Amino acid sequence: MTAIPDIRVVPRWRRSRAVLSVLGQLPLTGKIGLAILVFWLLVLITISVLPLPDPLAMAGRRLQPPSIEFWLGTDALGRDVFSRTLWGAVYTIPIAFAVVLSAVAIGSFMGAIAGYSGRWADSVIMRAADVTLSFPPILLAMTVAATLGPGLSNAAVAMVIVWWPIYARLMRAQVLEVRTREHVEAAIAGGAGRMRVLRVHILPLCWTPTLINATMDFGQVALLAASLSFIGLGASPPTPEWGSMISEGATRFYSWWIAMGPGLAILSIVLATSFLGDGLRDIFDRRSRT
Amino acid sequence: MSDPLLAVDGLRIGFGPAKDGAEAVRGVGFTLEAGKVLGIVGESGSGKSLTMMALLQLLPGQARCSGSARFRGKELIGMRKSEIRHLRGKDIGCVFQDPLSAFNPVKTIGDQIVEAIRLHDRRISRRAAMKEAEELLAAVSIPQPDQRLRQYPHEFSGGMRQRAMIAMAIANKPALLIADEPTTALDVTVQAQILDLLRTLTRERGIGLVLITHDLGVVAGMADNIAVMYGGRFVEAGTADEIFYHTRHPYTRGLIEAMPKLDRPEERLVAIEGTPPSIWSRPPGCSFAPRCYFAQERCRQQEPELRDLEHTRSACLRAEELPPRETVAHAQDTGKDMTL
Amino acid sequence: MSNDETVLKVVDLAKDFPIGSNLLGTRPLQLLRAVAGVSFSVKRGETYGLVGESGCGKSTLGRCILRLLDPTSGQVILDGQDITTLDEREMRALRRDIQIVFQDPMSSLHPKMTVRQILTEGMRLANKAPAQREAAIDDLIEMVQLPREVLDRYPHEMSGGQRQRIGIARAISLDPKVIVLDEPVSALDVSIQAGVLNLLRDLQKRLNVAFVFIAHDLGVVRYVSDRIGVMYLGRIVETGDAAALFDAPMHPYTQALLSAIPLSDPRTERERERIMLEGDLPSPLNPPSGCRFRTRCPRAQALCAREDPMLEGVEHLTACHFPGPNPDIAQTCF
Repeated sequence: MTAIPDIRVVPRWRRSRAVLSVLGQLPLTGKIGLAILVFWLLVLITISVLPLPDPLAMAGRRLQPPSIEFWLGTDALGRDVFSRTLWGAVYTIPIAFAVVLSAVAIGSFMGAIAGYSGRWADSVIMRAADVTLSFPPILLAMTVAATLGPGLSNAAVAMVIVWWPIYARLMRAQVLEVRTREHVEAAIAGGAGRMRVLRVHILPLCWTPTLINATMDFGQVALLAASLSFIGLGASPPTPEWGSMISEGATRFYSWWIAMGPGLAILSIVLATSFLGDGLRDIFDRRSRT
Repeated sequence: MSDPLLAVDGLRIGFGPAKDGAEAVRGVGFTLEAGKVLGIVGESGSGKSLTMMALLQLLPGQARCSGSARFRGKELIGMRKSEIRHLRGKDIGCVFQDPLSAFNPVKTIGDQIVEAIRLHDRRISRRAAMKEAEELLAAVSIPQPDQRLRQYPHEFSGGMRQRAMIAMAIANKPALLIADEPTTALDVTVQAQILDLLRTLTRERGIGLVLITHDLGVVAGMADNIAVMYGGRFVEAGTADEIFYHTRHPYTRGLIEAMPKLDRPEERLVAIEGTPPSIWSRPPGCSFAPRCYFAQERCRQQEPELRDLEHTRSACLRAEELPPRETVAHAQDTGKDMTL
Repeated sequence: MSNDETVLKVVDLAKDFPIGSNLLGTRPLQLLRAVAGVSFSVKRGETYGLVGESGCGKSTLGRCILRLLDPTSGQVILDGQDITTLDEREMRALRRDIQIVFQDPMSSLHPKMTVRQILTEGMRLANKAPAQREAAIDDLIEMVQLPREVLDRYPHEMSGGQRQRIGIARAISLDPKVIVLDEPVSALDVSIQAGVLNLLRDLQKRLNVAFVFIAHDLGVVRYVSDRIGVMYLGRIVETGDAAALFDAPMHPYTQALLSAIPLSDPRTERERERIMLEGDLPSPLNPPSGCRFRTRCPRAQALCAREDPMLEGVEHLTACHFPGPNPDIAQTCF
């Protein structure tokens, strides 16, 4: 009997092209979201060389409505709102990124331990997560920020504390599901140690929900950061942070343009990450179905 | 009326664009008389389930369907939604592989059968319908039907659930019953019970049954006629005896020889090499040619049609030349080439 | 090495699963006894088939033998050593001697590893030098009759039959003494299944490894097994030489199982009288008193409710108070 000519023609999955192929499959909304995020990223990189007026200095008369010269008008101190809005990205985006990354790192680590070891570690970690999650996030962040004192970095710490349990739960659920699969049993039967089973056979298959969630949360964290600044627990004046800018604008009801710039910026980030997250979920769900 | 119960002709089902999309079912035809059982046998991906879904207009939205399927002379393909809905569950009953997903988990079995009855005849009172449901459960040999009626689907075992689904399928006295892998999820002892039940129903009530399965053994004792499906076509059709004793198609023969025999356990099984074609990359010529032990050059070029032979109808260009079974088993073991 | 040597011996193995728990979480509400005292042994190069319907505990038993689940009581003696008492470290050292092949070849292969990585991963334990591993992988692929090109594929790029062959290659890669095959062909189409069964038979001859073959399909089990145990509700109710068991089954359950198999022979099939079992499998949470099969048994009498029958006999053992051939199926079965 010869070898079985049992070969199915399937396009090869190449790792190097994996990321591009995923992004290529995004639905239109997902691509729009991605484009918005890329726009903000470019702003972030090139901000210092862009021909913008100094965001901290008076650029013209106070409370000017939008015009050719000042696209989004000027604020109560005569600063250019458009310039300040773009500069706001420098504060919000890195902070949101750092917060999400830390929350994912801490949460996933805790969740993986909880899901894999079970027993008391599971109980301790998950009860801690439950307690944290039972507070309204803004309230908890306020408490932490108030304790540590106001300031952007303290607000960031507060947000990580609020956010890690979400990722811990996600990761735990995923580990619990993957660890019962037969390939894991096969690895154990093949003599793999506990750490190797977790690292090689379980964790690589657990990241999809975390990735999708982190994408969506990016916008939410930006929003929370702005909210903390809005109530004065994040960035403080004269920093051109979106939340504090809105807070400045909120007192001047008839000068609507002051709050509109940062408002639109936040809106665009939240929408973009939701779109992108939804798109990614569609792709991964479709893939897991086939 | 001389119309047969069900007459299917030239049924085709495709996916993707009409021009160069893929065809999953490519010209299937058969007739079924009342009280008879037709077994359609095929492996996964052969198109056997799609064929039946097409009759009931249960195909997924993007599927294209053409051809003709007449139920008592009435065309089913392209029939208006409202009309087919009236037929489904009334004149045509269905039994699926997974009875759990066919039931609503939060309603009692009794309520669901009553609903099925009253959906098609509002004049029947709830009380009368409940009485009827009880009789139906008794008819499918569910013990203590009066109590069982008040239970939920999850309180039934797999076999009992399948009985309940059959009870629901026959609730409106259908003329035709379509059963898609009705026993695949069940244990052998339960499978025997369910098959026995289906057999009794067809015999006593004159219901026509289309039994779709991957297991030749299931249809051996049940079916009057058998059609073997491969690559979206019937490759062989005939009476049960003809198919089992006088097959004239290498695929049918392969299926029979690939099954372990309880009476001859020592006989080496003959595997069919390779895998079934995907609907997206079908080979030219006969679909079975790449896996066929008897394939010649012409098999790979010309697609054979079903044609009448002494016993069965077979879609094999070399049907007449096929050597007796023993020769094949021997040749495969010794690696000898059978292409003449 | 003589072929009479017993490599695996299972002694009175039992496995309970806790169901629910009390309010404090200290004690389960109920115990589900999935395996209730099973004993059998397998010789080198022999196949012991375990058949039974869903819920009979055969898969749990398989996992207990590998200690993927820890048995509640009983012994699993591998080559003279009881492995149920080993700690995790000692067990790992012994793992290469006993391997498993699963039912679903898709979920039993790591979806993000290539075939080469999957096979190498298994071989890490064997402490082979990388060069040797390469050669060994080539051998393995040839042994399971696949072309070398599959080595660089991912599981989803292969067909079900090919995947199962990789599962088998992984199991034999460590040169084990025993392989537990848990429904290895039931997810495959009939035409593919035959090829895998033939492969298993050939490999066994070549490697002289013992198989514990778990399946619900009696035809398949008969084809590969030398000896067979029939399980019902966590127990072996009849066991013996495959031919003897199939030709002259003594336990009413075995007889019912055999008579329920559809045969691919329309004439006998139409004439044949089946033994129809009444009712359903009782819940393992609340098994019947005495003989576990008595609620569905055509021969049940008062004694069966009182006393649990022992597995008795020489060579061909039966756990029944009233064992004996069934005159009806003797003529109608085949």
